[in-house]
Amino acid sequence: MSITAPDAVSHRTDRRPAAAALREVTVSYGATDALRDCSLEIHHGETVALLGPSGSGKSTALKALAGFEAPSRGAVLLGGRDVTGLSPAQRGIGIVVQSYALFPHMNVRKNVGFGLRARRVPPARTRERVDEALRMVGMFDYADRLPRELSGGQQQRVAIARALAIRPRVLLLDEPLSALDAALRQSMLHELQQLRRRLPDLAMVYVTHDQGEALALADRIALMRDSRLESLGRTEEMFERPSTEFAATFLGGADILPARTLTAAGAGETVRAAYGGHEISVLTREDLPRDHGISLAVRPWSWQLADDAVPAPNPVFAAEVDGVQWKGSSYRVQATAESTGQTLHVEMPARGRAPAVGGTLSVTVAPRDVMVLPAERSDGA
Amino acid sequence: MRAPTLRRVGWAAPPLAALLILLVYPMLQVVATSFDAVGSGAPGQAWPTVLGDPAVHRALLTTLQVAAMTTLGCLVLGVFLALVLAYVPFPGAGAVTRLVEAVISFPSFLIPLAFGTLFGPVGIVNTAITGTTGAAEGPLQFMGSVHGVVLAEVAYFTPFIVRPVLAAFQRLPPDQINAASSLGAHPGRIVGQVILPGAYPAIAGAGVLVFMLALNEFGIILFTGAQDVVTLPLMVYTRAIVTFDLPGASVIACLQAAVSLLVYFAYSRLFVRRSGR
Repeated sequence: MSITAPDAVSHRTDRRPAAAALREVTVSYGATDALRDCSLEIHHGETVALLGPSGSGKSTALKALAGFEAPSRGAVLLGGRDVTGLSPAQRGIGIVVQSYALFPHMNVRKNVGFGLRARRVPPARTRERVDEALRMVGMFDYADRLPRELSGGQQQRVAIARALAIRPRVLLLDEPLSALDAALRQSMLHELQQLRRRLPDLAMVYVTHDQGEALALADRIALMRDSRLESLGRTEEMFERPSTEFAATFLGGADILPARTLTAAGAGETVRAAYGGHEISVLTREDLPRDHGISLAVRPWSWQLADDAVPAPNPVFAAEVDGVQWKGSSYRVQATAESTGQTLHVEMPARGRAPAVGGTLSVTVAPRDVMVLPAERSDGA
Repeated sequence: MRAPTLRRVGWAAPPLAALLILLVYPMLQVVATSFDAVGSGAPGQAWPTVLGDPAVHRALLTTLQVAAMTTLGCLVLGVFLALVLAYVPFPGAGAVTRLVEAVISFPSFLIPLAFGTLFGPVGIVNTAITGTTGAAEGPLQFMGSVHGVVLAEVAYFTPFIVRPVLAAFQRLPPDQINAASSLGAHPGRIVGQVILPGAYPAIAGAGVLVFMLALNEFGIILFTGAQDVVTLPLMVYTRAIVTFDLPGASVIACLQAAVSLLVYFAYSRLFVRRSGR
């Protein structure tokens, strides 16, 4: 499968070959494909997040780029050069992993200088570059410490410094923040954003299952599912206009309502669609014929509480509340629509009292807040 | 508080008593015997006599030489074998690992017996060579020397290195090796600077174990038939069983135990300092 997506705006004028690329790469373990026909280009200065659930193939794609997994088919290119047959040592890629992978018997300085010594960089130059890398990640004062004397966040900074010290064109980050607690993760995310600004030509591939990290860091998101690249696009587009049900539900979350168009409509027009005996008006971004199966995706925060005083833009769904999670600034309500039996997820501001479990919630949605997706099931209403 | 204390004493007493009867008392008995009078001599006379005997000095040196050479040989062969088994996947690696484990269960005399049958003065190899060349004796005459003993001990003790070191290699995070590789390190540098230092406690521990086992080895030397290789255990045996010099044998046994304890405590101190524990 090959998906062509628009390049990130800032990289459209870059005529250099992609910093890194997978060309129809398949990685197999015996009869099982861990990655199937994956094609992806990462440009200089661009950050691409490989996002997906566990077992979706995102780490395998990263390992194929790094040279830790040999593709059974396809090619890996770095700067336009085919490196499929080269060892990881010959690729010159920087790698940061979840477990930090620092060498426990070496202090911070020796860890960061390891790659430079391996490349036989003269000692004086090595010292300079180690100092520079340590200053970049704010770990210069910890140069003589052993990894076990550092916190998780500090170890991850050292791992980043070690990867950057060899001045790679491509930096691969495999779930780098997963082992950190929530506060430290936010802090490290901020530092990674700063790092991107300081190294504007560095191409980064960021593997994560956390959509928040992907949204915060990536220029583009490659969404992985079942060992395949499901969709690829600019971060805002992937979030605002997902192309598949999986993209809508995994990135941001959405209730998927199977529907069928009642009228034809052009792009930018309002189309009426039937869903479970209801007639819903939605704003479509593409041409839709009449009597066509579609999926309507509604974000949790797009559901509005119906107010008797204000005419509803669409049908009001009465739903029985199954559970309520208090998120601090909002309530996350799970409810079952009485007319269709579908589970709805509603995010509402945490002002006033929380909805009672077993009580009824009346919700509706504005036409502009409904996303129209190709139907993946044939049971549209 | 009284009942729990009594219960703890109740649990601890049987194993402590067993330790006292089976280990501490016999050891004290050996020390006591070393001070017995020999013939018409004064009590304790065995100590200066034995410690001043040049034959004992030579035996001590031979014991240390054989143990050191055996340990070195076992470490080189064992660590290499463990590296291959851990990082070079090949068909039959599992079978080789199980074979190595099986050798640990063999009696120690089996290896010198087999080596003697193969490489001894009238072994298969020498007989075949003399049969072909007509020479009076075969070229392989090392079985009765220090080298023959060391070879047999290396063959027998190498699995004691392979097993713990292989386990240590298998516990090393693959991410560390991947990181080293991506940083540009070639396999030799990865082995020397990442894998071996990472497995250092296991390698050092296994090395000390083999050194102490070789220091105290008796069966292999006896079965090798090495008349010129007299070690402390062999000397203890000769004095105790052949010449019935029990005080002299006990002094040598005490010397042997002191050397073993010295090695053990030196290792413990070094390990604690290096591992930062």
